[in-house]
Amino acid sequence: MDAPPGTIIRRHAIGTRIWHWVNAVAIFILLGSGLGISNAHPRLYWGRYGANFDPAWLELPRFPGWITIPASYNLAISRRWHLFFALVLGFGLLAYMVWSLVNRHFARDLRLHRRELSAAHLRADFRAHLDFRFHDPERPRDYNIFQKLSYILVIFVALPLAILTGIALSPGMNAAWPWVLDLFGGRQSARSIHFLTATGIGLFTIVHLVLVILAGPLNEVRSMLTGRWRVPE
Amino acid sequence: MIGRRTLIGGGAGLLLAGCDRVVQVPAARRILFAGEDMQRGLQRALMDRSALAPEFDAAQRSPFFRPNGTRDPGTANYAALRAGKFADWRLTVGGLVARPLSLSLADLGAMPQRAQITRHDCVEGWSAIAKWQGPQLATVLRAAGLRDAARYVMFTCADLYGGVPYYETIDLVDAFHPQTILAWALNDRFLPVMNGAPCRLRVERQLGYKHAKYLMRIDAIASLAGIGQGKGGYWEDNVDYDWYAGI
Repeated sequence: MDAPPGTIIRRHAIGTRIWHWVNAVAIFILLGSGLGISNAHPRLYWGRYGANFDPAWLELPRFPGWITIPASYNLAISRRWHLFFALVLGFGLLAYMVWSLVNRHFARDLRLHRRELSAAHLRADFRAHLDFRFHDPERPRDYNIFQKLSYILVIFVALPLAILTGIALSPGMNAAWPWVLDLFGGRQSARSIHFLTATGIGLFTIVHLVLVILAGPLNEVRSMLTGRWRVPE
Repeated sequence: MIGRRTLIGGGAGLLLAGCDRVVQVPAARRILFAGEDMQRGLQRALMDRSALAPEFDAAQRSPFFRPNGTRDPGTANYAALRAGKFADWRLTVGGLVARPLSLSLADLGAMPQRAQITRHDCVEGWSAIAKWQGPQLATVLRAAGLRDAARYVMFTCADLYGGVPYYETIDLVDAFHPQTILAWALNDRFLPVMNGAPCRLRVERQLGYKHAKYLMRIDAIASLAGIGQGKGGYWEDNVDYDWYAGI
């Protein structure tokens, strides 16, 4: 692992980079249009049914125009954006997963090692984060443990959950794949989980952007565009 | 130097505003709206033609079935029919059929019935579960005898939107689906006025706005081009709702 500070290394494979940006656009549009759709009926329920006369477990605020797509309320257009980019998200994730198995991106970069999960290592890495040091000088190319865990959580849990709960909302897909509906205990439960998962993905995106800025935005963004990344001092 | 936060915040704002500009570009709009055809193609590929929407048991019904859209057509013609307990109401079946029909409520009740407890999903996001009963649309269409040219079934209603009767269309896959019924009963009682009395369509694998209420006419048609603005329904024509409302 001879990559002394200042050297340029190849960080991200082409498949990872393409998916990153396609997915970034999809997430951005899905969150914005999703908030627009939420404004049509901003109440969340548990169970199979739920309408205005049934008790809601959460009443959402009306999301303002500067974070919804489109800016002025239009359920039809919000849905057009949402349902088109749902396909981009779903098939993009599928392609990325297959690609990452083939080029061993998952095996190389996301596999957890026993030593990383020791309490001592977690503590040390946490302290390093507080000092804004995100890379192990010994292995600068590797993701740190919190990076790995959050990427695993997003790629293998949050995104598939958002897609499956989305599928559960479709009356057509309920007929095609009734087991998806059963998995979540009914359509209104699936709708609640869909919203909660989207909130989680939104929070991940914010933390992700903040950390890119703290880690050096030019170097990080360049590495996701060209693959080339300079090992930090 | 522009602050990084300003850059990101401003960038996100520009992107959001950009989406609204994109929709104004006809070519981009066509691509975005093609999502409907992709979703329909995928769903139809993944589902059996006669795959059933989930059905529920009596205890799983909503305590109250929320009405939506028109609560009462309020026209003189409808008021008269209502005053006569719909004894004079006739459902006209025409268009591309061999034998045009005029069916009374009693005629519908005399046909083989299907009862189903299903979930109604509004495009807005809410759901309500209730029991519906009526003859299958397929029974009525077979009695009328579809001509070869028929590709869609159009429903014309007693309630007016902007002075024009509400209308909806479905294709023959959904028209002949076993759960597609002409419901005259809701939870074992005659359909209340707010839910579409005396008869409404149930097309269980699609969203609520496809389930036309206050039915007056059923027409077999060859294409959507000749009706309304050609998109196959009131909401489709006027506010860009998807014609295929399976999602």
